[in-house]
Amino acid sequence: MRHVGRWIAAAIVLLLAAIVIHSVATNPRFEWDIVGNYLFDARVLRGVRVTLELTVISMAIGITIGVVLAVMRLSPNPLVSGGAWVYIWFFRGTPVLVQILFWGFVSALYPKISIGIPFGGPEFAGADANHVIKPFVAAILGLGLNEGAYMAEIVRAGMLSVDEGQSEAAHSLGMTRMQTLRRIVLPQAMRVIIPPTGNETISMLKTSSLVSVIAYAELLYSVQLIYSVNFKTIPLLLVAAIWYLFFTTILSIGQYYLERHYGRGLARELPPTPLQKLRARLFPERRQEEPLV
Amino acid sequence: MSEPMVKAEAVHKSFGRLEVLRGISLEVAPGEVMCVLGPSGSGKSTFLRCINHLEKIDAGRLWVDGSLVGYRQDGDKLYELREREVARERAQIGMVFQRFNLFPHMTALQNVIEAPTRVKNVPREPAVASARALLERVGLADKEDAYPAQLSGGQQQRVAIARALAMEPKLMLFDEPTSALDPELVGDVLDAMRQLCRDGMTMVVVTHEIGFAREVGDTLVFIDEGIVVEAGRPRDVLDNPREERTRAFLSKVLA
Repeated sequence: MRHVGRWIAAAIVLLLAAIVIHSVATNPRFEWDIVGNYLFDARVLRGVRVTLELTVISMAIGITIGVVLAVMRLSPNPLVSGGAWVYIWFFRGTPVLVQILFWGFVSALYPKISIGIPFGGPEFAGADANHVIKPFVAAILGLGLNEGAYMAEIVRAGMLSVDEGQSEAAHSLGMTRMQTLRRIVLPQAMRVIIPPTGNETISMLKTSSLVSVIAYAELLYSVQLIYSVNFKTIPLLLVAAIWYLFFTTILSIGQYYLERHYGRGLARELPPTPLQKLRARLFPERRQEEPLV
Repeated sequence: MSEPMVKAEAVHKSFGRLEVLRGISLEVAPGEVMCVLGPSGSGKSTFLRCINHLEKIDAGRLWVDGSLVGYRQDGDKLYELREREVARERAQIGMVFQRFNLFPHMTALQNVIEAPTRVKNVPREPAVASARALLERVGLADKEDAYPAQLSGGQQQRVAIARALAMEPKLMLFDEPTSALDPELVGDVLDAMRQLCRDGMTMVVVTHEIGFAREVGDTLVFIDEGIVVEAGRPRDVLDNPREERTRAFLSKVLA
Protein backbone atom coordinates (compact mmCIF):
# COMPACT_ATOMS: atom_id res chain seq x y z
CA MET A 1 0.00 0.00 0.00
CA ARG A 2 1.27 3.43 -0.88
CA HIS A 3 1.12 6.44 1.43
CA VAL A 4 1.09 4.40 4.66
CA GLY A 5 2.10 7.40 6.74
CA ARG A 6 -0.71 9.46 5.26
CA TRP A 7 -3.33 6.84 6.15
CA ILE A 8 -2.05 6.57 9.73
CA ALA A 9 -2.06 10.36 10.16
CA ALA A 10 -5.61 10.54 8.79
CA ALA A 11 -6.74 7.81 11.20
CA ILE A 12 -5.23 9.67 14.17
CA VAL A 13 -6.91 12.94 13.14
CA LEU A 14 -10.27 11.19 12.75
CA LEU A 15 -9.92 9.52 16.15
CA LEU A 16 -9.08 12.82 17.88
CA ALA A 17 -12.01 14.51 16.15
CA ALA A 18 -14.35 11.74 17.30
CA ILE A 19 -13.15 12.11 20.91
CA VAL A 20 -13.67 15.88 20.92
CA ILE A 21 -17.11 15.68 19.27
CA HIS A 22 -18.25 12.93 21.60
CA SER A 23 -17.16 14.84 24.67
CA VAL A 24 -18.69 18.13 23.55
CA ALA A 25 -21.96 16.47 22.60
CA THR A 26 -22.39 14.31 25.69
CA ASN A 27 -21.07 16.55 28.50
CA PRO A 28 -24.31 18.06 29.87
CA ARG A 29 -22.44 20.95 31.46
CA PHE A 30 -22.01 22.56 28.07
CA GLU A 31 -25.79 23.20 28.32
CA TRP A 32 -26.25 23.50 24.56
CA ASP A 33 -29.96 24.17 24.99
CA ILE A 34 -29.11 27.35 26.89
CA VAL A 35 -26.58 28.30 24.24
CA GLY A 36 -29.43 27.98 21.72
CA ASN A 37 -31.73 30.09 23.86
CA TYR A 38 -29.30 32.97 24.14
CA LEU A 39 -27.67 32.87 20.71
CA PHE A 40 -30.23 35.30 19.28
CA ASP A 41 -31.12 37.06 22.52
CA ALA A 42 -31.72 40.78 21.91
CA ARG A 43 -28.97 41.78 24.36
CA VAL A 44 -26.49 39.44 22.68
CA LEU A 45 -27.42 40.71 19.22
CA ARG A 46 -26.94 44.29 20.40
CA GLY A 47 -23.50 43.27 21.68
CA VAL A 48 -22.71 41.70 18.30
CA ARG A 49 -23.67 44.92 16.55
CA VAL A 50 -21.53 47.01 18.90
CA THR A 51 -18.55 44.68 18.41
CA LEU A 52 -18.86 45.00 14.63
CA GLU A 53 -19.14 48.79 14.91
CA LEU A 54 -16.06 48.92 17.11
CA THR A 55 -14.12 46.71 14.71
CA VAL A 56 -15.02 48.70 11.61
CA ILE A 57 -14.50 52.14 13.13
CA SER A 58 -11.27 51.21 14.92
CA MET A 59 -9.83 49.58 11.79
CA ALA A 60 -10.83 52.61 9.69
CA ILE A 61 -9.03 54.88 12.17
CA GLY A 62 -6.10 52.47 12.34
CA ILE A 63 -5.68 52.19 8.57
CA THR A 64 -5.96 55.96 8.09
CA ILE A 65 -3.40 56.69 10.80
CA GLY A 66 -1.24 53.84 9.49
CA VAL A 67 -1.08 55.21 5.94
CA VAL A 68 -0.34 58.73 7.19
CA LEU A 69 2.38 57.47 9.56
CA ALA A 70 3.93 55.25 6.89
CA VAL A 71 4.13 58.15 4.44
CA MET A 72 5.56 60.32 7.23
CA ARG A 73 8.21 57.73 8.09
CA LEU A 74 9.40 57.64 4.48
CA SER A 75 9.54 61.45 4.33
CA PRO A 76 12.94 63.05 3.69
CA ASN A 77 12.18 65.57 6.49
CA PRO A 78 13.73 64.14 9.71
CA LEU A 79 11.22 65.92 12.00
CA VAL A 80 8.29 64.39 10.13
CA SER A 81 9.74 60.88 10.04
CA GLY A 82 10.94 61.21 13.65
CA GLY A 83 7.45 62.20 14.81
CA ALA A 84 5.99 59.10 13.19
CA TRP A 85 8.70 56.98 14.79
CA VAL A 86 7.87 58.32 18.28
CA TYR A 87 4.15 57.62 17.78
CA ILE A 88 4.81 54.04 16.73
CA TRP A 89 7.35 53.57 19.54
CA PHE A 90 4.83 54.71 22.15
CA PHE A 91 1.68 52.97 20.96
CA ARG A 92 3.40 49.68 20.19
CA GLY A 93 5.40 49.85 23.39
CA THR A 94 2.45 49.87 25.81
CA PRO A 95 -0.29 47.24 26.15
CA VAL A 96 -3.53 48.06 24.39
CA LEU A 97 -5.41 47.16 27.57
CA VAL A 98 -3.52 49.91 29.41
CA GLN A 99 -4.28 52.35 26.59
CA ILE A 100 -8.01 51.54 26.72
CA LEU A 101 -8.07 52.01 30.50
CA PHE A 102 -6.13 55.25 30.06
CA TRP A 103 -8.70 56.69 27.64
CA GLY A 104 -11.45 55.48 29.96
CA PHE A 105 -9.96 57.48 32.81
CA VAL A 106 -8.64 60.41 30.77
CA SER A 107 -11.00 62.84 32.50
CA ALA A 108 -8.90 62.40 35.64
CA LEU A 109 -5.95 63.82 33.69
CA TYR A 110 -7.77 66.49 31.66
CA PRO A 111 -11.10 67.28 33.36
CA LYS A 112 -11.90 69.84 30.68
CA ILE A 113 -11.34 69.59 26.90
CA SER A 114 -11.43 72.75 24.83
CA ILE A 115 -10.62 74.11 21.39
CA GLY A 116 -8.71 77.38 21.23
CA ILE A 117 -5.27 78.97 20.94
CA PRO A 118 -2.81 76.88 22.98
CA PHE A 119 -0.42 78.20 25.67
CA GLY A 120 -3.06 80.29 27.44
CA GLY A 121 -4.74 81.93 24.41
CA PRO A 122 -8.49 82.44 24.02
CA GLU A 123 -10.78 79.45 24.08
CA PHE A 124 -13.52 78.92 21.48
CA ALA A 125 -15.34 75.89 22.80
CA GLY A 126 -14.91 73.65 25.78
CA ALA A 127 -16.66 70.76 27.47
CA ASP A 128 -16.41 68.45 30.41
CA ALA A 129 -14.14 65.54 29.46
CA ASN A 130 -16.57 63.06 30.98
CA HIS A 131 -19.19 64.19 28.46
CA VAL A 132 -16.88 64.14 25.43
CA ILE A 133 -14.93 60.96 26.17
CA LYS A 134 -17.84 58.58 26.67
CA PRO A 135 -17.01 54.87 26.88
CA PHE A 136 -17.61 54.52 23.13
CA VAL A 137 -15.13 57.30 22.30
CA ALA A 138 -12.62 55.92 24.81
CA ALA A 139 -13.00 52.47 23.24
CA ILE A 140 -12.38 53.58 19.64
CA LEU A 141 -9.54 55.88 20.73
CA GLY A 142 -7.88 53.04 22.61
CA LEU A 143 -8.32 50.50 19.83
CA GLY A 144 -7.88 52.81 16.82
CA LEU A 145 -4.80 54.76 17.94
CA ASN A 146 -3.08 51.52 18.93
CA GLU A 147 -3.99 49.87 15.63
CA GLY A 148 -2.58 52.88 13.76
CA ALA A 149 0.91 52.06 15.04
CA TYR A 150 0.71 48.46 13.80
CA MET A 151 -0.87 49.42 10.48
CA ALA A 152 1.91 51.98 9.93
CA GLU A 153 4.51 49.23 9.93
CA ILE A 154 2.40 47.05 7.64
CA VAL A 155 1.83 49.88 5.15
CA ARG A 156 5.49 50.87 5.27
CA ALA A 157 6.61 47.30 4.54
CA GLY A 158 4.17 47.25 1.61
CA MET A 159 5.47 50.50 0.18
CA LEU A 160 9.09 49.35 0.51
CA SER A 161 8.20 46.15 -1.36
CA VAL A 162 7.41 48.13 -4.52
CA ASP A 163 10.35 48.31 -6.92
CA GLU A 164 12.19 51.64 -6.96
CA GLY A 165 11.86 51.67 -10.76
CA GLN A 166 8.11 52.21 -10.38
CA SER A 167 8.58 55.54 -8.60
CA GLU A 168 11.28 56.52 -11.07
CA ALA A 169 9.04 55.80 -14.02
CA ALA A 170 6.22 57.82 -12.44
CA HIS A 171 8.56 60.71 -11.64
CA SER A 172 9.99 60.66 -15.15
CA LEU A 173 6.43 61.13 -16.45
CA GLY A 174 6.08 64.28 -14.34
CA MET A 175 4.01 62.82 -11.52
CA THR A 176 4.53 64.40 -8.09
CA ARG A 177 5.51 62.48 -4.97
CA MET A 178 1.89 62.36 -3.78
CA GLN A 179 0.51 61.29 -7.18
CA THR A 180 3.15 58.58 -7.40
CA LEU A 181 2.26 57.38 -3.94
CA ARG A 182 -1.49 57.31 -4.52
CA ARG A 183 -1.62 56.01 -8.07
CA ILE A 184 1.48 53.83 -8.42
CA VAL A 185 3.05 52.79 -5.12
CA LEU A 186 0.06 52.23 -2.81
CA PRO A 187 -2.02 50.13 -5.26
CA GLN A 188 0.97 47.81 -5.74
CA ALA A 189 1.78 47.83 -2.05
CA MET A 190 -1.78 46.57 -1.44
CA ARG A 191 -0.75 43.06 -2.43
CA VAL A 192 1.64 43.04 0.51
CA ILE A 193 -0.58 45.14 2.80
CA ILE A 194 -3.88 43.22 2.41
CA PRO A 195 -3.04 39.84 4.00
CA PRO A 196 -1.66 41.23 7.29
CA THR A 197 -4.47 43.83 7.34
CA GLY A 198 -6.97 40.98 7.13
CA ASN A 199 -5.23 39.40 10.08
CA GLU A 200 -5.34 42.72 11.93
CA THR A 201 -9.09 43.02 11.27
CA ILE A 202 -9.73 39.50 12.53
CA SER A 203 -7.54 40.25 15.51
CA MET A 204 -9.36 43.55 16.10
CA LEU A 205 -12.73 41.76 16.18
CA LYS A 206 -11.46 39.79 19.15
CA THR A 207 -9.30 42.49 20.73
CA SER A 208 -12.38 44.71 20.90
CA SER A 209 -13.54 42.44 23.75
CA LEU A 210 -10.92 44.21 25.89
CA VAL A 211 -13.11 47.31 26.09
CA SER A 212 -15.35 45.33 28.44
CA VAL A 213 -12.93 46.64 31.11
CA ILE A 214 -14.37 50.15 30.71
CA ALA A 215 -17.90 48.73 30.94
CA TYR A 216 -18.75 49.27 27.31
CA ALA A 217 -21.39 46.74 26.29
CA GLU A 218 -19.85 45.01 23.27
CA LEU A 219 -20.36 41.28 22.73
CA LEU A 220 -18.27 39.96 25.64
CA TYR A 221 -19.52 42.51 28.17
CA SER A 222 -23.10 41.84 27.06
CA VAL A 223 -22.83 38.12 27.84
CA GLN A 224 -20.98 38.92 31.07
CA LEU A 225 -23.94 41.07 32.12
CA ILE A 226 -26.28 38.15 31.46
CA TYR A 227 -24.28 35.45 33.24
CA SER A 228 -23.61 37.71 36.22
CA VAL A 229 -27.36 37.43 36.81
CA ASN A 230 -28.18 33.83 35.82
CA PHE A 231 -24.73 32.23 36.49
CA LYS A 232 -24.84 30.30 33.18
CA THR A 233 -21.22 31.30 32.60
CA ILE A 234 -20.05 28.52 30.25
CA PRO A 235 -23.01 28.51 27.82
CA LEU A 236 -22.95 32.28 27.54
CA LEU A 237 -19.20 32.34 26.87
CA LEU A 238 -19.93 29.74 24.17
CA VAL A 239 -22.53 32.10 22.70
CA ALA A 240 -19.89 34.82 22.46
CA ALA A 241 -17.33 32.37 21.02
CA ILE A 242 -19.77 31.21 18.33
CA TRP A 243 -20.43 34.76 17.22
CA TYR A 244 -16.70 35.62 17.15
CA LEU A 245 -16.01 32.46 15.11
CA PHE A 246 -18.84 33.24 12.71
CA PHE A 247 -17.52 36.69 11.90
CA THR A 248 -13.85 35.69 11.70
CA THR A 249 -14.93 33.05 9.15
CA ILE A 250 -16.78 35.66 7.08
CA LEU A 251 -13.76 37.98 7.27
CA SER A 252 -11.40 35.22 6.16
CA ILE A 253 -13.49 34.55 3.06
CA GLY A 254 -13.58 38.27 2.28
CA GLN A 255 -9.81 38.44 2.69
CA TYR A 256 -9.34 35.60 0.20
CA TYR A 257 -11.22 37.44 -2.54
CA LEU A 258 -9.53 40.77 -1.74
CA GLU A 259 -6.11 39.12 -2.10
CA ARG A 260 -7.15 37.72 -5.48
CA HIS A 261 -8.30 41.15 -6.59
CA TYR A 262 -4.97 42.80 -5.74
CA GLY A 263 -2.93 39.92 -7.16
CA ARG A 264 -4.33 40.81 -10.58
CA GLY A 265 -1.73 41.64 -13.20
CA LEU A 266 0.91 39.60 -11.39
CA ALA A 267 0.18 36.12 -12.58
CA ARG A 268 -0.86 35.48 -16.16
CA GLU A 269 -4.00 33.75 -14.98
CA LEU A 270 -5.63 33.70 -11.57
CA PRO A 271 -6.03 30.28 -9.93
CA PRO A 272 -9.67 29.13 -9.59
CA THR A 273 -11.53 29.98 -6.39
CA PRO A 274 -12.66 27.08 -4.14
CA LEU A 275 -16.20 27.60 -5.51
CA GLN A 276 -14.99 27.35 -9.09
CA LYS A 277 -12.98 24.26 -8.20
CA LEU A 278 -16.06 22.65 -6.62
CA ARG A 279 -18.17 23.47 -9.66
CA ALA A 280 -15.53 22.06 -11.99
CA ARG A 281 -15.46 18.87 -9.93
CA LEU A 282 -19.25 18.47 -9.81
CA PHE A 283 -19.90 19.29 -13.47
CA PRO A 284 -16.74 18.30 -15.32
CA GLU A 285 -18.47 17.55 -18.63
CA ARG A 286 -20.23 20.94 -18.77
CA ARG A 287 -16.93 22.70 -18.65
CA GLN A 288 -15.68 20.82 -21.69
CA GLU A 289 -18.77 21.65 -23.70
CA GLU A 290 -18.47 25.33 -22.92
CA PRO A 291 -14.82 26.18 -22.79
CA LEU A 292 -13.94 29.52 -21.22
CA VAL A 293 -13.56 32.11 -23.90
CA MET B 1 22.27 78.30 -34.94
CA SER B 2 19.43 77.20 -32.73
CA GLU B 3 19.73 76.67 -29.01
CA PRO B 4 20.82 73.14 -28.01
CA MET B 5 18.12 70.85 -26.60
CA VAL B 6 20.58 69.49 -24.04
CA LYS B 7 23.68 71.30 -22.91
CA ALA B 8 26.01 69.90 -20.26
CA GLU B 9 28.91 71.85 -18.80
CA ALA B 10 31.41 70.04 -16.59
CA VAL B 11 28.72 67.91 -14.91
CA HIS B 12 29.97 66.14 -11.78
CA LYS B 13 28.19 63.49 -9.73
CA SER B 14 29.37 61.36 -6.83
CA PHE B 15 27.72 58.55 -4.90
CA GLY B 16 29.34 58.81 -1.49
CA ARG B 17 33.07 58.80 -2.18
CA LEU B 18 32.70 57.28 -5.63
CA GLU B 19 32.99 59.92 -8.33
CA VAL B 20 30.80 58.68 -11.18
CA LEU B 21 30.76 61.74 -13.42
CA ARG B 22 33.97 63.77 -13.53
CA GLY B 23 33.07 66.65 -15.77
CA ILE B 24 30.83 65.76 -18.69
CA SER B 25 30.35 68.46 -21.30
CA LEU B 26 28.32 67.99 -24.46
CA GLU B 27 25.51 69.42 -26.54
CA VAL B 28 22.56 67.83 -28.29
CA ALA B 29 20.88 69.90 -31.01
CA PRO B 30 17.09 69.76 -31.55
CA GLY B 31 16.20 66.80 -33.72
CA GLU B 32 19.56 65.16 -33.11
CA VAL B 33 19.94 61.52 -32.12
CA MET B 34 22.88 61.06 -29.82
CA CYS B 35 24.01 57.57 -28.94
CA VAL B 36 26.07 57.10 -25.80
CA LEU B 37 28.45 54.18 -25.61
CA GLY B 38 30.66 53.07 -22.78
CA PRO B 39 31.65 50.16 -20.57
CA SER B 40 29.37 49.33 -17.63
CA GLY B 41 30.08 51.58 -14.68
CA SER B 42 31.33 54.33 -16.96
CA GLY B 43 28.63 56.74 -15.77
CA LYS B 44 26.62 56.85 -18.99
CA SER B 45 23.32 55.83 -17.36
CA THR B 46 23.92 58.17 -14.43
CA PHE B 47 24.45 61.05 -16.87
CA LEU B 48 21.19 60.19 -18.61
CA ARG B 49 19.36 60.20 -15.26
CA CYS B 50 20.83 63.63 -14.47
CA ILE B 51 19.18 65.07 -17.57
CA ASN B 52 15.70 64.63 -16.05
CA HIS B 53 16.89 65.20 -12.49
CA LEU B 54 16.35 61.64 -11.29
CA GLU B 55 19.88 62.23 -9.99
CA LYS B 56 21.02 65.60 -8.65
CA ILE B 57 24.28 66.85 -10.05
CA ASP B 58 26.97 67.95 -7.61
CA ALA B 59 28.75 70.49 -9.78
CA GLY B 60 28.58 71.94 -13.27
CA ARG B 61 25.55 73.06 -15.21
CA LEU B 62 22.94 71.17 -17.18
CA TRP B 63 20.32 72.79 -19.38
CA VAL B 64 17.38 71.30 -21.26
CA ASP B 65 15.86 73.55 -23.91
CA GLY B 66 17.57 76.57 -22.40
CA SER B 67 16.49 76.16 -18.78
CA LEU B 68 18.59 74.74 -15.95
CA VAL B 69 17.63 71.24 -14.87
CA GLY B 70 16.36 71.14 -11.28
CA TYR B 71 17.64 74.59 -10.37
CA ARG B 72 16.87 78.25 -10.78
CA GLN B 73 19.70 80.71 -11.14
CA ASP B 74 19.45 84.03 -9.36
CA GLY B 75 22.61 86.09 -9.91
CA ASP B 76 25.45 83.79 -8.96
CA LYS B 77 23.37 81.55 -6.75
CA LEU B 78 21.52 78.38 -7.64
CA TYR B 79 18.25 77.56 -5.92
CA GLU B 80 16.83 74.08 -6.04
CA LEU B 81 13.42 73.99 -7.69
CA ARG B 82 10.40 72.87 -5.73
CA GLU B 83 9.05 69.41 -6.32
CA ARG B 84 6.16 70.65 -8.47
CA GLU B 85 8.52 72.63 -10.71
CA VAL B 86 10.85 69.65 -11.12
CA ALA B 87 7.82 67.53 -12.04
CA ARG B 88 6.78 70.09 -14.65
CA GLU B 89 10.24 69.96 -16.22
CA ARG B 90 10.24 66.16 -16.22
CA ALA B 91 6.83 66.02 -17.88
CA GLN B 92 8.48 67.39 -21.03
CA ILE B 93 11.22 64.75 -21.08
CA GLY B 94 10.33 61.15 -21.90
CA MET B 95 12.36 58.33 -20.45
CA VAL B 96 12.53 54.65 -21.35
CA PHE B 97 14.16 52.29 -18.89
CA GLN B 98 16.18 49.14 -19.29
CA ARG B 99 13.69 47.20 -17.14
CA PHE B 100 10.63 48.84 -18.81
CA ASN B 101 9.11 49.81 -15.41
CA LEU B 102 5.56 49.57 -16.69
CA PHE B 103 2.91 49.86 -13.99
CA PRO B 104 1.97 46.18 -13.49
CA HIS B 105 -1.45 46.90 -11.97
CA MET B 106 -2.61 48.75 -15.07
CA THR B 107 -3.37 47.57 -18.60
CA ALA B 108 -1.28 48.79 -21.52
CA LEU B 109 -3.86 51.48 -22.27
CA GLN B 110 -4.08 52.58 -18.64
CA ASN B 111 -0.29 52.80 -18.52
CA VAL B 112 -0.32 55.15 -21.48
CA ILE B 113 -3.16 57.46 -20.36
CA GLU B 114 -2.08 57.67 -16.71
CA ALA B 115 0.32 60.62 -16.98
CA PRO B 116 -1.62 62.67 -19.57
CA THR B 117 -4.82 62.49 -17.52
CA ARG B 118 -3.17 63.00 -14.11
CA VAL B 119 -0.33 65.37 -14.90
CA LYS B 120 -1.63 67.35 -17.87
CA ASN B 121 -5.33 66.96 -16.96
CA VAL B 122 -6.20 65.81 -20.46
CA PRO B 123 -9.86 64.62 -20.44
CA ARG B 124 -10.23 60.86 -20.63
CA GLU B 125 -11.73 60.58 -24.11
CA PRO B 126 -9.02 62.39 -26.08
CA ALA B 127 -6.36 60.77 -23.87
CA VAL B 128 -7.68 57.31 -24.77
CA ALA B 129 -7.89 58.24 -28.45
CA SER B 130 -4.29 59.39 -28.64
CA ALA B 131 -3.13 56.44 -26.50
CA ARG B 132 -4.73 54.05 -29.01
CA ALA B 133 -2.99 55.88 -31.85
CA LEU B 134 0.34 55.57 -30.03
CA LEU B 135 -0.13 51.87 -29.30
CA GLU B 136 -0.93 51.35 -32.96
CA ARG B 137 2.18 53.28 -33.93
CA VAL B 138 4.37 50.87 -31.91
CA GLY B 139 2.47 47.91 -33.38
CA LEU B 140 0.40 46.96 -30.33
CA ALA B 141 -3.09 48.07 -31.29
CA ASP B 142 -4.52 44.70 -30.23
CA LYS B 143 -2.84 44.69 -26.80
CA GLU B 144 -4.46 47.68 -25.10
CA ASP B 145 -6.27 45.53 -22.51
CA ALA B 146 -3.27 43.33 -21.70
CA TYR B 147 -1.49 43.66 -18.38
CA PRO B 148 2.31 43.96 -18.55
CA ALA B 149 2.74 40.41 -17.22
CA GLN B 150 0.83 39.15 -20.27
CA LEU B 151 3.22 40.85 -22.70
CA SER B 152 6.67 39.84 -23.93
CA GLY B 153 9.65 42.00 -23.01
CA GLY B 154 9.72 43.59 -26.43
CA GLN B 155 6.00 44.39 -26.27
CA GLN B 156 6.40 45.83 -22.77
CA GLN B 157 9.20 48.07 -23.92
CA ARG B 158 7.12 49.33 -26.83
CA VAL B 159 4.24 50.12 -24.43
CA ALA B 160 6.81 51.99 -22.33
CA ILE B 161 7.82 54.01 -25.38
CA ALA B 162 4.16 54.80 -26.11
CA ARG B 163 3.69 55.78 -22.46
CA ALA B 164 6.58 58.24 -22.65
CA LEU B 165 5.39 59.65 -26.00
CA ALA B 166 1.89 60.23 -24.60
CA MET B 167 3.27 63.22 -22.72
CA GLU B 168 4.38 64.74 -26.05
CA PRO B 169 7.95 65.21 -24.85
CA LYS B 170 10.45 67.43 -26.61
CA LEU B 171 13.28 65.08 -25.69
CA MET B 172 13.44 61.31 -25.24
CA LEU B 173 15.98 59.53 -23.06
CA PHE B 174 16.63 55.82 -23.59
CA ASP B 175 18.53 53.92 -20.91
CA GLU B 176 19.77 50.70 -22.55
CA PRO B 177 16.27 50.01 -23.92
CA THR B 178 17.14 46.65 -25.45
CA SER B 179 19.60 45.25 -22.90
CA ALA B 180 16.98 43.24 -21.00
CA LEU B 181 15.44 41.74 -24.13
CA ASP B 182 15.86 38.38 -25.80
CA PRO B 183 17.77 38.87 -29.07
CA GLU B 184 14.79 38.11 -31.30
CA LEU B 185 12.71 40.85 -29.59
CA VAL B 186 15.27 43.62 -30.00
CA GLY B 187 14.32 44.38 -33.62
CA ASP B 188 10.76 45.58 -32.92
CA VAL B 189 11.92 47.99 -30.24
CA LEU B 190 14.67 49.38 -32.45
CA ASP B 191 12.11 49.79 -35.25
CA ALA B 192 9.92 51.87 -32.98
CA MET B 193 12.93 54.03 -32.12
CA ARG B 194 13.92 54.38 -35.78
CA GLN B 195 10.46 55.65 -36.60
CA LEU B 196 10.69 58.14 -33.75
CA CYS B 197 13.95 59.39 -35.20
CA ARG B 198 12.35 59.79 -38.65
CA ASP B 199 9.62 61.89 -37.01
CA GLY B 200 12.34 64.30 -35.86
CA MET B 201 12.42 63.50 -32.13
CA THR B 202 15.50 64.60 -30.19
CA MET B 203 16.90 61.50 -28.56
CA VAL B 204 19.72 60.55 -26.21
CA VAL B 205 20.21 56.79 -26.34
CA VAL B 206 22.48 54.87 -24.00
CA THR B 207 22.97 51.60 -25.83
CA HIS B 208 25.16 48.66 -26.68
CA GLU B 209 23.58 48.33 -30.13
CA ILE B 210 26.51 49.40 -32.29
CA GLY B 211 24.55 48.77 -35.46
CA PHE B 212 21.71 51.01 -34.34
CA ALA B 213 24.15 53.74 -33.30
CA ARG B 214 25.83 53.60 -36.70
CA GLU B 215 22.59 53.61 -38.65
CA VAL B 216 20.38 56.01 -36.69
CA GLY B 217 22.73 58.12 -34.59
CA ASP B 218 23.75 61.59 -35.71
CA THR B 219 26.47 61.69 -33.11
CA LEU B 220 28.15 59.08 -30.99
CA VAL B 221 29.69 59.78 -27.62
CA PHE B 222 32.03 57.38 -25.88
CA ILE B 223 32.06 57.80 -22.10
CA ASP B 224 34.52 56.07 -19.78
CA GLU B 225 35.31 56.68 -16.11
CA GLY B 226 32.96 59.63 -15.98
CA ILE B 227 34.34 61.72 -18.82
CA VAL B 228 33.65 62.03 -22.54
CA VAL B 229 36.58 60.23 -24.15
CA GLU B 230 35.57 60.74 -27.74
CA ALA B 231 32.66 62.20 -29.67
CA GLY B 232 31.86 62.58 -33.33
CA ARG B 233 29.92 61.12 -36.22
CA PRO B 234 29.18 57.45 -35.51
CA ARG B 235 31.04 56.26 -38.60
CA ASP B 236 34.16 58.22 -37.66
CA VAL B 237 34.20 57.09 -34.06
CA LEU B 238 33.40 53.47 -34.84
CA ASP B 239 35.69 53.02 -37.83
CA ASN B 240 38.57 55.32 -36.94
CA PRO B 241 38.65 55.81 -33.18
CA ARG B 242 41.28 58.35 -32.19
CA GLU B 243 41.60 57.35 -28.54
CA GLU B 244 43.20 54.17 -27.25
CA ARG B 245 40.38 53.56 -24.74
CA THR B 246 37.73 53.79 -27.45
CA ARG B 247 39.69 51.34 -29.58
CA ALA B 248 40.05 48.91 -26.68
CA PHE B 249 36.31 49.07 -25.92
CA LEU B 250 35.21 48.69 -29.53
CA SER B 251 37.52 45.76 -30.13
CA LYS B 252 35.83 43.97 -27.21
CA VAL B 253 32.27 44.86 -28.27
CA LEU B 254 32.71 44.16 -31.96
CA ALA B 255 34.76 40.99 -31.47
